[in-house]
Amino acid sequence: MIRFEKRLAPSRTTTILTPIIAVILTMIAGGIMFAALGKDPFEAIRIIFWDPLFDENFASYSRPQLLVKAGPLILIAIGLSVGFKAGIWNIGAEGQYIMGAIFGAAAALAVYPAESPFIFPAMIIAGAFGGWLWAMIPAVLRTKFKTNEILVSLMLVYVAESILASVAQGLLKNPDGYGFPGSRNLQQYPSAFNGEVIANSGMHWGVISAFIAVIFTYVMMTRHIRGFEVRLMGEAPKAAQFAGVSTTRLIVFCLGFSGALAGLAGMFEVAGPAGQITIDFNSGYGFTAIIVAFLGRLHPVGILLAGLLMALTYIGGELAQLMLGLPGASIQLFQGMLLLFLLATDMFTNYRIRLGAAQ
Amino acid sequence: MDLPGISPVLLIASLMVSATPILLAAIGETVVEKSGVLNLGVEGMMIVGAVVGFITAVNTTSPALGFVTAAIAGALLSTIFATLVLFFKSNQVATGLGLTLVGLGISALLGKPYEGIKSPTLQAFEIPVLSDIPVLGPMLFSHDPMVYISILIVAAVWFVLKYTRIGLVLRAVGENHDAAHALGYKVIRIRFMAIMFGGACAGLGGAYISLVRVPQWTEGMTAGAGWIALAIVVFASWKPWRALLGAYLFGGITVLQLNLQAAGVAIPVEYLSMSPFLITILVLVIISAKGNHGAPASLGRLFHASN
Repeated sequence: MIRFEKRLAPSRTTTILTPIIAVILTMIAGGIMFAALGKDPFEAIRIIFWDPLFDENFASYSRPQLLVKAGPLILIAIGLSVGFKAGIWNIGAEGQYIMGAIFGAAAALAVYPAESPFIFPAMIIAGAFGGWLWAMIPAVLRTKFKTNEILVSLMLVYVAESILASVAQGLLKNPDGYGFPGSRNLQQYPSAFNGEVIANSGMHWGVISAFIAVIFTYVMMTRHIRGFEVRLMGEAPKAAQFAGVSTTRLIVFCLGFSGALAGLAGMFEVAGPAGQITIDFNSGYGFTAIIVAFLGRLHPVGILLAGLLMALTYIGGELAQLMLGLPGASIQLFQGMLLLFLLATDMFTNYRIRLGAAQ
Repeated sequence: MDLPGISPVLLIASLMVSATPILLAAIGETVVEKSGVLNLGVEGMMIVGAVVGFITAVNTTSPALGFVTAAIAGALLSTIFATLVLFFKSNQVATGLGLTLVGLGISALLGKPYEGIKSPTLQAFEIPVLSDIPVLGPMLFSHDPMVYISILIVAAVWFVLKYTRIGLVLRAVGENHDAAHALGYKVIRIRFMAIMFGGACAGLGGAYISLVRVPQWTEGMTAGAGWIALAIVVFASWKPWRALLGAYLFGGITVLQLNLQAAGVAIPVEYLSMSPFLITILVLVIISAKGNHGAPASLGRLFHASN
């Protein structure tokens, strides 16, 4: 008889070990999937995880891409992790990301073609505000009417996508774009362009913000009363109530924080790597960030590493598409599997396995 | 405002068709949630049902077989969720989400070679006598069999939950799993079955989209239907007949906005296509503002039998 016995406190060793085991299991399962698709599994895994960093032909292009992709993932995941810790489920980061991008781009395009050092900071504020505003909808509905924030935040993704399609063809359309949908390219607008801070490193302001967010959140969660309240709310909601923690304020804070960070990520993306608002501007970062948050064990440093790893699968996946003709969807599946394996191995941090009948 | 081409008969007839996928998924999820489990993977199970049903129907030229395999595929996928949640005691929200991501990935992978093909679709099944009634006949009684099967499933779920022993046990497990466990009911086994039933229903719903409503395969074609089904379960206060009402209301909105798009009303297409989601949110708010509305007490809570 195998029994599971609840641990008094989560095991530290397994907390660190399980993500690594999950990655290995995903590689094995992914390898089987690649073999089923008729590709050499070892070659595929090598192309995804090794070549983007170390192959002399690709590394010079791929390495900067790593930060470009990891930046938004980390930024969004850090925000989400705080809410997840408190048991507040914002799964609509994709929508907040879109709204941040729209607000950020709109702030710049409103004053085009004026040049000023204040434009970029204004865009940052506008982007964060757009994401925050979009997250306030589920927050207010949850605190005022007890409406489920999971469903509302998720459904607002579809609404945001419609708004994106609308502004790309209307409000923000490039007047000099010969009628094509899409806004002006912010990369050609020096005051608004979120360029690389260090040439050829991929390090743009979004990546720097992601690092700041990691440090900020780490300090908040370990040293500040707000972080303590978040953890208390997640682990012992009743105790939190007795201790006088305001549920309303915490919900508003968690959703607002994650929304603002997702909005920032969207703004940095549209002002930098993407350059313009297009109908299909969003690429699923908001959803992948959920995987990143869990893979990083909802811990800021873990999320930093998980974001880099997940960025690697994006770049490696594109490379594998190019080199092996691997379907793009297989990477999506790969990432989904990673989350499931992670959740499966998660049990060993909270339970220990006992053989034999109960005493 | 002049709206040519929107006839009430056609509107109600197409409303039933457009509501059926959501209804199927919602009734399955009602059973899952009644047993105390929140499966957010509906969207993933639907899209896998859609692609598997489509592939089967194209290869065998039998849409009926497509529906059968879609239900099996949905149920199989849900066993991943059931295993993780029930045996590995993982977080239900995260696992459901993971299931959706995996489902979207699998379906895109499987469906790639089938893009742009038309599938054989279900023939309309005209209920004898009833379908000859003027107006009501073409409106309500001349649909394909799946429309009626979905209503029959609703009736069956209602009957089983309300009047049978197994339904009572299922509800007991959902209301208080510790008490049910103490009484000797197999909490895990009952939930596992409920989750599989939910998966099968979601698979059927997905196949209805790819085989009847569209009928074609495009990547990500469920486009949020699974999430709306989840909202309808809340809207319905976990009651089967109200799920029917909710799905048909929602179907009505969808059809109406599509008709308005086609009629070229002066509202931009984007605003019309976001309206179903906005209205769903609005309805959710109204329902939840009314306070406690019969959510199973153990919904989403972790069950660990401690000796």
